[in-house]
Amino acid sequence: MGLSKLLQGDTGGQWLLGILVVLAVGVPICNLWVPETSFFHVSTYVVTLLGKYLAFALLALAVDLVWGYCGILTLGHGAFFALGGYAMGMYLMRQIGDRGVYGNPLLPDFMVFLNWSELPWYWHGFDQFWFAMIMVMLVPGLLAFVFGWLAFRSRVTGVYLSIITQAMTYALYLAFFRNEMGFGGNNGLTDFKDLLGFSLQSDLTRIILFMFSIAALISGYLACRYIVSSKLGRVIVALRDAENRTRFIGYRVELFKLWVFVFSAILAGIAGALYVPQVGIINPGEFAPLNSIELVIWVAVGGRFSLYGAILGAVLVNFGKTFFTAALPEVWLFALGGLFVLVTLFLPYGIVGLLRRKKAVSS
Amino acid sequence: MTIRVIVISMMLGLCPITWADSHDLNVTVAVTGPKDKTSGFKALVSQLSVKSLSKKKITVEAIVKLENDRVRSLLEALLEARLFYGKAAPHPIYIVEVVDQGYQLTDAVSGQSLGIVAKKSIKKVRINNRLRRLIRGALAQKDLRAADPSVRLQAVHTMSKNMTPAVVALFRETSKHERDEDIQLLMLAAVANADLTATDGAVRLAAIKVLAKTMQVEYVSTLKGLLGVDAEGIYSESDRQVITAAKQAIKEIESRISWYENIQTLFFGLSLGSVLVLAAIGLAITFGVMGVINMAHGELIMLGAYTTYVVQLLMPEQLELSLFIAIPAAFIVSGLCGILIERGVIRHLTGRPLETLLATFGISLVLQQLVRSVFSPLNRSVSTPQWMSGSIDFNPVLSLTLNRLYILAFTLLVFFVLLMILKRTRLGLEVRAVSQNRAMAKAMGIKTERVDALTFGLGSGVAGLAGVALSQLTNVGPNLGQSYIVDSFMVVVFGGAGNLLGTLISGFSLGVATKFIEPYAGAVLAKILVLVFIIIFIQKRPRGLFPQKGRAAEG
Amino acid sequence: MMFLKKAMRSLSAVAITAGVLLSPGAMAFNLFGDTIKVGVLHSLSGTMAISETTLKDTMLMLIEEQNAKGGLLGKKLEAVVVDPASNWPLFAEKARGLLTQDKVDVMFGCWTSVSRKSVLPVIEELNGLLFYPVQYEGEESSKNVFYTGAAPNQQAIPAVDYLMNDIGVKRWVLAGTDYVYPRTTNKILEAYLKLKGVADEDIMINYTPFGHSDWQSIVADVKKFGSAGKKTAVVSTINGDANVPFYKELGNQGVSADDIPVIAFSVGEEELSGLDTKPLVGHLAAWNYFMSVDAPENAAFIKKWHAFIKDPKRVTNDPMEAHYIGFNMWVKAVEKAGTTDVDAVEQAMLGIKFPNLTGGMAVMNSNHHLSKPVLIGEIQEDGQLETVWETDGLVWGDAWTDYLPGSKDIVANWRPNMRCGNYNTKTHKCSGQNF
Repeated sequence: MGLSKLLQGDTGGQWLLGILVVLAVGVPICNLWVPETSFFHVSTYVVTLLGKYLAFALLALAVDLVWGYCGILTLGHGAFFALGGYAMGMYLMRQIGDRGVYGNPLLPDFMVFLNWSELPWYWHGFDQFWFAMIMVMLVPGLLAFVFGWLAFRSRVTGVYLSIITQAMTYALYLAFFRNEMGFGGNNGLTDFKDLLGFSLQSDLTRIILFMFSIAALISGYLACRYIVSSKLGRVIVALRDAENRTRFIGYRVELFKLWVFVFSAILAGIAGALYVPQVGIINPGEFAPLNSIELVIWVAVGGRFSLYGAILGAVLVNFGKTFFTAALPEVWLFALGGLFVLVTLFLPYGIVGLLRRKKAVSS
Repeated sequence: MTIRVIVISMMLGLCPITWADSHDLNVTVAVTGPKDKTSGFKALVSQLSVKSLSKKKITVEAIVKLENDRVRSLLEALLEARLFYGKAAPHPIYIVEVVDQGYQLTDAVSGQSLGIVAKKSIKKVRINNRLRRLIRGALAQKDLRAADPSVRLQAVHTMSKNMTPAVVALFRETSKHERDEDIQLLMLAAVANADLTATDGAVRLAAIKVLAKTMQVEYVSTLKGLLGVDAEGIYSESDRQVITAAKQAIKEIESRISWYENIQTLFFGLSLGSVLVLAAIGLAITFGVMGVINMAHGELIMLGAYTTYVVQLLMPEQLELSLFIAIPAAFIVSGLCGILIERGVIRHLTGRPLETLLATFGISLVLQQLVRSVFSPLNRSVSTPQWMSGSIDFNPVLSLTLNRLYILAFTLLVFFVLLMILKRTRLGLEVRAVSQNRAMAKAMGIKTERVDALTFGLGSGVAGLAGVALSQLTNVGPNLGQSYIVDSFMVVVFGGAGNLLGTLISGFSLGVATKFIEPYAGAVLAKILVLVFIIIFIQKRPRGLFPQKGRAAEG
Repeated sequence: MMFLKKAMRSLSAVAITAGVLLSPGAMAFNLFGDTIKVGVLHSLSGTMAISETTLKDTMLMLIEEQNAKGGLLGKKLEAVVVDPASNWPLFAEKARGLLTQDKVDVMFGCWTSVSRKSVLPVIEELNGLLFYPVQYEGEESSKNVFYTGAAPNQQAIPAVDYLMNDIGVKRWVLAGTDYVYPRTTNKILEAYLKLKGVADEDIMINYTPFGHSDWQSIVADVKKFGSAGKKTAVVSTINGDANVPFYKELGNQGVSADDIPVIAFSVGEEELSGLDTKPLVGHLAAWNYFMSVDAPENAAFIKKWHAFIKDPKRVTNDPMEAHYIGFNMWVKAVEKAGTTDVDAVEQAMLGIKFPNLTGGMAVMNSNHHLSKPVLIGEIQEDGQLETVWETDGLVWGDAWTDYLPGSKDIVANWRPNMRCGNYNTKTHKCSGQNF
């Protein structure tokens, strides 16, 4: 399937890709080569901010695929995101080497001051970039596979499924808080120095990471688009709308669900891996059940039945968060809470639904 | 059984102490007191206004030795922080009662009432732990001769915390006259514990026999001290008989302790379970009947807790009764709020259960921030009434805390009332009908909308009740609800949605399981294990312990 | 493919977005022309709002007061307040915003260790200046941070000394919330106690999760541990919200302060104002400042605070004093250096003295930590802490503890002869500096 065929009739998608391409070209130029005094200069602060939004957008895309198209309301996708982030964080920690404050060539600082004498077995291998990248996808994928295999096979559905995904992320949240786990406890992993030899503090590295985030989002979008417009996509939409009927027609419903769930978890893991070097910290807070609920809400705000809607929602809500926490910290939660209520009540299809309706009315 | 009873009226003080005279004690009462009672007392009391705590200690040490009937009330006031001094020289000392208009003063020396003054003119006599321990010890020594056995028991408890040779001697004497067996045993055990270091092997043996009947951890460690070995593995204790007896005694005491500890752990588990049940049962109603996942449930609990705070604020004089007002008030506040949520939001989302989750999550954020704006982000202080504090001590190992016991009882009460409502009332019948088959119920003329609103109100009201209970256990702050919501969901899902009995059983079993795992795995790991257990359990029984049967199950 | 056309249209959208993003500090109003900007980085929403909101208000008060005195270097001070919303990655983002967009000259902020760790790489990269006002686990000394709260040897070690020597405690329960501050503090205390001859079986260590609310089993364990015939004390590094149920359970199970005293490092006047203090009376806390201390500076500070916040019932606490000292030291250092340039101010800060609110002079040492007095107080019915013991003089804040094998050879010294936050005296190396 060619690119143009893939995007045929997908106006929102065309817009989205257009914007992303513009950003990919414009931001590096405006950041690196336009002088700081110029109006068109984009500061590094904005670059990292945009990079963060892009990682979140990829995560929202992953959630939308399982929720909007497959009907699995997951309240635990933050866990896959965080696991991907931790895998990346572990690689970055190992890259510090003997530049930590204690100068220990092998152990990260937090292990030194808690008197650990050797590196736990699961930290081995993370000094290799390729190994870490495999883990970024393998760990969330494997967890999703085991979890999904158990849950879908025994036909846990609806609310029960949502609640146990929440139990999953909550259990991981508590586990990663424990210092005995060897992931830095509450402080998590931080003070990263460089990635593949490029200093994380240089503007150029940030721009490269930003470009990678855009590339990941574009390929993620195209992959999801490919899935939903393929036959597989038809089946998952069918099982979302009438699971038993699909099963009786002869489809192995649980295998379809499992496939989509694992794919989406891997996508979330990649988003996490992109997020960590750009914000500079990963800690158990990312596993918090409330975070996972919040990202479902990004998707709901944007519009859960369209892939670009999820991306729109993620960017808008997070932009709102950045803006309001600086401008009006007291009303921020009122605004957010009110937004959720209003969106679910009046915009069941999110902002995208609103735009479509407007278009339908005007034409 | 009763503890922490402070008996104000005591008729001792002036009666001579005959039984203590024969011993060479330097802490006994009265023997060393100055002759001129009143003037000595007055001089000492006036020194209490000094700021230095070490000087104050010397003064108090002298006062407790005095034989004066004002000493007791003075010491009690000092202990309860009701002793004040005038800001102006010569700093007279007052005993103070807080009344509506200000502070009611009593002269500490003469006992005369001096009328009411404003707070500004007097200052509290500050004390520290050492002084507290000194005063408690002295008061307990006086209480040893009280008529009320429970006062004597408490006195023995207090004194045995700080065993000095003098106290041992005192116990040895007093135990001979003690008629209450429990108290006698307690004193004898304390004496026996001291006798373990006696030079005479027979005395040691006898002491071990006494200790074998007790169950104090302290005695196990002193008995173990008898079994100390040197570098070559030879017992420092020379008497073989003593060694065998001590080993036997340790075994006996430890098995007794572990038996009662298990009972205690069971109680801890039930008590944790009762909190879980209380928090989750409202959710079970709304979820079971309406299929609504109410993410704002935690905030409704929080509203209940804040209602308790406001009730206490409104009636500061009647703290003891405040909870009885708070219970209906919290039910009404949270219930009305629930009905409002149902009418305003949830009604418009029928048939879209997963979206109610999102909308109610939004409501929960709004309620949280609302509380932050109205009551400030700081935690609020809710006091525990006197009748709910303390514990029932069955023996040194097993003691059940009163607040937990009341909450356990309250949970069961709420459960049975709810069960009665659902099984025996018209509303209950309608609720059950709607939950089983909404369309059919509607066809039969049941006003499903009204039933929905009332059910949601009921579930929310119960959340308010949970808030009242939680205000007695934990922080009352904007984050209260969040910390219980995930656990509540687990309880409901594990028990099977819409089944009250399932919720009850699931809450209690999760509580007990957590508490029995905790000693081995620690608090965090215990919680993780329980969560993993729930995830796996749901695979086996996708609709919980007690699934709804029939057509309703396919909802 | 209509990408190009779409792209032109979307370019305008991007420009608008970027334009709004360029002004994150919306509260920064430039009223006086040329001003010196002071960033305030404390959470105003989320879980940490409980503690941090007060510190934001303190900073606003101090800045207002300085402006009333005529500002600094002839310029007015201007507060730039942002809300990191108790979200650790957001701390780093907001710090970057303050330094690059608002171009603040100095920042006062953070409470939790993780928020400081999150901000640290950013301020080291951009050469900012941060004053951190909370007691913490030590093991850090950055060129760009001044630590005005207590290091472990200014809180934990004196507290243990007091219990051991004055109360005669022989058995120790080290109870804490499971995060880095309690972990490190307890590691240090464990090593210290063993050095003092306390046996392994006389130390019990226990960790609980954040917001732990069911303390029944743990308190029962403490009770059992404490009934072995030796005087027992609990050294509590239990964090914020978990304290109330902990103390309530202690009270209900009949553990009073004269049986088993609890000494806390995270419970101050502000935390006490939110709970029913009846069951807590007599328990202890160790800090560098108590509101109840009778000193003229303290009385004046409390008066100003009440006037500023318009509520005579509000309490003051240790981190507020830390900001008070930190801010005033910074003012003195800027005056001494004649500029707000970070490098100049950093050097000028070393050795600066300023009076404590509790009497005596605090000194900023060459390791970026303060020398301060240590006080131990007992909790009173009214929620105040009454001093029962204090160190003779100032205690020098030690960034790198002497009681852990990993850090005993490390020293911090920012004087020109060394300029290193973690110099290893054995290997003569200064590793991992970010500037």
